[in-house]
Amino acid sequence: MDETRKDVIIRVRGLVTRIGGALIHDKVDLDVNRGEVLAVVGGSGSGKSLLLRSIVGLMQPASGSVEVFGRDISALDEAKFRDLQRHWGVLFQEGALFSSQTVAENVQVPLREFTSMPQELMNEVAAMKLSMVGLPEDAAAKYPSELSGGMKRRAGLARALALDPEVVFLDEPTAGLDPIAANRFDELIRGLQKSLDLTVFMVTHDLDTLMATADRIAVLSDRKLKVGTIDSLREDPDPWIKEYFSGPRGRAARAS
Amino acid sequence: MDNSADTGPLLQLELEGRFLRLTAGGSWTVSHAGAIDAQLRAIDMGHASRAEIDGRSLTLLDSTGAWLLVRTKLALQGAGLEIDSFRVPDVYASLVSVIETEHNVRPTEVERRDTLRAFLERVGLATHSVLIQGVGILGYVGRVTIEGLKTLYAPRGRLRLTAIVHQVEEVGINALPIVGLLMFLIGVVLAYQGADQLKKFDLEILTVNALGIGVLREIGVLFTAIIIAGRSGSAFTAQIGTMKVNEEIDAMRTIGLNIDDVLILPRVIGLVIALPLLTFYADIMAMVGGAVMCYFELGITAPVFIRQLHQAVTMDTFLVGLIKAPVFAYVISMVGCYEGLNVERNAASVGRLTTRSVVESVFLVIVLDAGFSVVFSLLGV
Repeated sequence: MDETRKDVIIRVRGLVTRIGGALIHDKVDLDVNRGEVLAVVGGSGSGKSLLLRSIVGLMQPASGSVEVFGRDISALDEAKFRDLQRHWGVLFQEGALFSSQTVAENVQVPLREFTSMPQELMNEVAAMKLSMVGLPEDAAAKYPSELSGGMKRRAGLARALALDPEVVFLDEPTAGLDPIAANRFDELIRGLQKSLDLTVFMVTHDLDTLMATADRIAVLSDRKLKVGTIDSLREDPDPWIKEYFSGPRGRAARAS
Repeated sequence: MDNSADTGPLLQLELEGRFLRLTAGGSWTVSHAGAIDAQLRAIDMGHASRAEIDGRSLTLLDSTGAWLLVRTKLALQGAGLEIDSFRVPDVYASLVSVIETEHNVRPTEVERRDTLRAFLERVGLATHSVLIQGVGILGYVGRVTIEGLKTLYAPRGRLRLTAIVHQVEEVGINALPIVGLLMFLIGVVLAYQGADQLKKFDLEILTVNALGIGVLREIGVLFTAIIIAGRSGSAFTAQIGTMKVNEEIDAMRTIGLNIDDVLILPRVIGLVIALPLLTFYADIMAMVGGAVMCYFELGITAPVFIRQLHQAVTMDTFLVGLIKAPVFAYVISMVGCYEGLNVERNAASVGRLTTRSVVESVFLVIVLDAGFSVVFSLLGV
C-alpha cells in the first residue's frame, strides 16, 4: 500500500446522483483522510444521507466513482465487497438495531458473521464494546424497544465498532437527542476516535456537534460539495453557507 | 485494510520457577481472537507468583486484542500473581488504558430458565392476554355500537356520508374482481367434486342441488367474509395503525374530531353495506362457475340447471346465507379497527397487529358461522 493512498481513505470523484429524474449530486468530489472527523452538512433534502449511502454501497450512483481504501466499490465482486465491509461500520439514524435480538446479540452479529470466536469471548467483547460506548451493564440483556433514543444510538455505535473498523459512518448521530445526551455523544465520538484511531464520516445537522467534533466540514449546497475547515468556510460567499454559520444558531454554537 | 502488516498472532509463555513471562507479538486483532483466546485460557500458571506481560513486539492491536491482554492481566491478578510489568507499544498505550477502565464489566450471560416453570409461565401469560384481549374487544364493540346507534338516531353533522360511500367503494366495488374470480373457481371445484361422487349413483342432476344449497347457505357468505377479512380487515388495521404511528389520531383528537365518527363508523357502516352485496355477487359467481362445470362435465345445459336450481333452493336458503353477511361484516370491521387503535408507536407493531387482526376476524367469522348453524337448526330453518 503506497503512501498517497494511505492518507486518503475515501475518494469520491465526479459523483452524480439522481432520484426520480431530480439531480441531487452534480459531479461531487471528496477526499476523506485517515484519522480525521469529516462532517457533511447541508439543508434538508440536499442529499447528505444519499452521499453516505453511495459511499457504503447502499446506492448506485448515476455516474462517478467511489474508492474506499483505494478500491473502487462498484468494481468489486461480492466477496471482495464483503471483505471491504468488514473494515467499516455504519451507524444509522435511529441505531437500526435488530429488534428481535437483545443489545448484546446485536453487537455480536458482526463478530459471528466475520470471525470464529467462542461464545464466551463474544459475550466478553460485546460487554466491553457496550461499556466503551457508555451503556450500563444491564442494557446488554435488553431489547432495543426497551431503550431510549440515546441508548439505541450508543448500542448502534457499539455494533458498528464490533469489528474494530477503520472507518465509521454516522448518519445524524445526535438528531433528536436532548442537548445533554447530544453533548455526551459528541464527547464519546471524539474520545473513541482518538483511542481507536478512527476515521469518522459523519452526516449531521447539529452545529454544536460540528464545532465539537469535526476536523473538516463538507457542505452540500446547490448540488455541489465545498470542503474546508470551519474558519475557511465562514469566509465562503455562498449564501447558504453564510446563513448556516452566521445565523443565530451558528453564532451561538461558535460562542460556546 | 493493510493486510501486509497482518502477520498473525504470536504468544509465548515462559515459566521460570516462580516467574511467568508472557510475550505477545504480531497482530492481536479480532480476526485472530478465537485462536488467541483458546491459548490464553489454557495458560498453565504453575507455581508462579510474579508475572510479566510483554507486548512490545505487537505490530497490530485492536480493541478486542487489547481486551484479551487486559483480561489476561486481570486473570493473573485474580489468581494472586503480582504483575511486575505490563508493556505495549506507545501507539497502543491509550487504547489499552481505555480498555482497562472498562474492565469492570461482567460478560453478559444468556438467560436460562427452568423449562417447566417457563412453560407454565407462558401458558399463564397467554391465557391472561387472551382474556384481556377478549374483554377489550367486547368493551370496544359495546362502546362503538352505542356511539353508532346514537349517531344513526341523530345523524346531523355526525354521519359522514362521503366517507361511508368511499369505504363502500374501497371494500366493496374494488373487491369485485378478486371475489368474483375466487367464487367462480370455488363453484367449479364444488360442482366437479359433487359430479364425480354423484355420477356413481346416476344422480348427476343432484349436483345442482348440492351446489345451490351449499353455496347459498354456507360457502358463499363464509368465503366472501374470509376474503374480505384478509383484504379489508387487515387494511383497516394497517391504515388506522399507521395513523396511530404518525400521531395523526392524536392530532385529530386535539383538533376535536371524534375518532369513532371520522374513522370507525364509516368503515363499519361501509363494510356492513358492502358485504351483503358482495355475498350476493359471490353467490351468483359461484353458481355461474358451477353451471359451467355442470355443462362440460355432465352436459347439463343452462336452462336445465336453472330449472333444477329452482326446485332445489327456496328463498329461505338464500336469505339464511345472506343474513349472516352484515354480522360478519360488523365483526370484521370492529376487529380491524380495534386492533388498529391498539397499535403502539412503532412500525413493528403495525405488522404484528395486522396479522392478529386477520387471524382474529377469520376465527370469529367461523365461530359465528357455527353458532348460526346451531341456531338455524334449532329454529328448523
